[in-house]
Amino acid sequence: MASKMKGLLDWVDERFPLTSSWKAHLAEYYAPKNFNFWYFFGSLALLVLVNQIVTGIFLTMHYKPDASLNASGVPVAFASIEYIMRDVPWGWLIRYMHSTGASAFFIVVYLHMFRGLLYGSHRKPRELIWIFGMLIFLCLMAEAFFGYLLPWGQMSFWGAQVIVNMFSAIPLVGPDLSLWLRGDFVVGDATLNRFFAFHVIAVPLVLLGLVVAHVIALHEVGSNNPDGIEIKKHKDERGIPLDGIPFHPYYTVKDIVGVVVFLMVFSAVIFFMPEGGGYFLESNNFIQANPLQTPPHISPLWYFTPYYSILRSITYPLFGLDAKFWGVIGMGAAVVIFFFLPWLDRSPVKSIRYKGPIFKTALALFVGVFCILGYLGMQEPTPARLVVSQICAVIYFGFFILMPIYSKLDKCKPEPERVTG
Amino acid sequence: MKKLLFALLLAPVLAYAAGGELHLDHAPDRTGNNVALQHGAKLFVTYCLSCHSASFMRYNRLQGIGLTDKQIVDGYMYTADKVGEPMTIAMRRDDAKQWFGVPPPDLSLEARARASELGSGADWLYTYLRSFYRDDSRPTGWNNVVFPNVAMPHALWQLQGEQVLGADGKLKLVKPGQLSPAKYDADVADLVGYLQYMGEPAAQTRERLGIYVLLFLSGFLVLAYALKREFWKDIH
Repeated sequence: MASKMKGLLDWVDERFPLTSSWKAHLAEYYAPKNFNFWYFFGSLALLVLVNQIVTGIFLTMHYKPDASLNASGVPVAFASIEYIMRDVPWGWLIRYMHSTGASAFFIVVYLHMFRGLLYGSHRKPRELIWIFGMLIFLCLMAEAFFGYLLPWGQMSFWGAQVIVNMFSAIPLVGPDLSLWLRGDFVVGDATLNRFFAFHVIAVPLVLLGLVVAHVIALHEVGSNNPDGIEIKKHKDERGIPLDGIPFHPYYTVKDIVGVVVFLMVFSAVIFFMPEGGGYFLESNNFIQANPLQTPPHISPLWYFTPYYSILRSITYPLFGLDAKFWGVIGMGAAVVIFFFLPWLDRSPVKSIRYKGPIFKTALALFVGVFCILGYLGMQEPTPARLVVSQICAVIYFGFFILMPIYSKLDKCKPEPERVTG
Repeated sequence: MKKLLFALLLAPVLAYAAGGELHLDHAPDRTGNNVALQHGAKLFVTYCLSCHSASFMRYNRLQGIGLTDKQIVDGYMYTADKVGEPMTIAMRRDDAKQWFGVPPPDLSLEARARASELGSGADWLYTYLRSFYRDDSRPTGWNNVVFPNVAMPHALWQLQGEQVLGADGKLKLVKPGQLSPAKYDADVADLVGYLQYMGEPAAQTRERLGIYVLLFLSGFLVLAYALKREFWKDIH
């Protein structure tokens, strides 16, 4: 039997790089042995991606992207979600897994990105990994935005309305552009159907390709670690890094522990608080979309609110262009500026463990203002809040723009030769 | 550093602590209390279901609060023929719009839709249904503290009686109804409990299942951790 299996494996290997891929990416991919807590979030992001795809496939079997009203005066799309929640066996579970998964995705990815900032994972030679990762983040934002329209509730409708209208702030082409995006003069059936197409096939295809590129680039240069030093500098006679251990079985068994802990938190939300306190499923979205009734307070879901705050914080027209336009530019810049991080950090060391007090303060400030902006983005605007968000926005951009200066000035500690565990 | 971070996070909360807003009474919990929920369902089909539909709620979903199909057909179905039909109404939306200004909303999800930072959807409904008062300036003769200038008249006025709004902003019962104030509150709590059940009939199944899922995962965590420890023994 064993020899027969071996024969089959040989047969495949002559035709497809099965064993060599297994070795290159798992059994003989040498990862630093000192990964800590922050290194769980990459594999967790992959898990959530699979969760979203699998639950998404089952949701499309019963969901109907149709804005027309049924006999009870309810939009078909909205009614189909409730059909899934009530009449489809286990539909409620699949739907909650998907809706909670969306927020979980952003939590996991934000922590994954923060890990990069902590240990300098974006620094040379890992710039491309970071750029692929940022492109994944952009896709994720698009995916979340398109997906949020599909339940066709009040927040779905008015959220999409606000975001698409932003494009109309672009000079000359703006109004035509937003019309082209909507496919109609208002957010309507045409918009719902194209957002559905983008959500279930266009963006996921790009996303999957980028995830593959992200992992291939990572496995080409090798993983960074909490010390921010290259384990490939010290190899044994067989060419294996002295501080490296095979990803499989060491990190597969370790990641299983992370996966189970994550699933416990994830299940606690799904089974005991699926609305996530109104942050994961907004109560207003249990009301069907009504184009004639604007909700008193429109706010995006929590993961967009830091950028939304920056959009709202810009209130001055400039160069004869509307404040709204500069708000959109500010919001876009707040996301795009992450792409430049590998070249903004001029510190001689990568990891926060060996960086000096200036960088540590800057990073703490950045995380602080990111959270404050996120909080303010959910609140109704007041003059005082506006001032706070403007200060925060300045600090936000200052973190990036001043980085080439302060990261150079900082008093760093010497890096160790070998990882410190 | 951590103190600074904490202060920064807290600053907006302290600076804009919410001012005097509408206060919602806490709705008594009727989850799992089938007697109360059945009473609530009875009140719903009697007092609400002539104007408000619950088009996502099938009658036989009342099985979830302990009723048999026969009991449902005999005691709860005034308008539908089959027990698998949803709770729709005969009133046409266009007519309703002419009569009330707005068609009465579908109540299937009302308990979920009314949740806010002020309280749960149940709290809102519980307070709302006890906050109607006489107001001759309104076309229906009724107004509401929780939902000012609401188009809906007080459908339960025979049970509660008539309240007026005092100069101090407090409601006062001036004409008693069929029920004592305490009994009226209890009945409204039953009704709200039913609305909450209707908002998500699977909620109790969900929570029951969740306990088993978490128990399984806790057991699995022990195994997974033991496996990790075993593999990592020789990594130093």
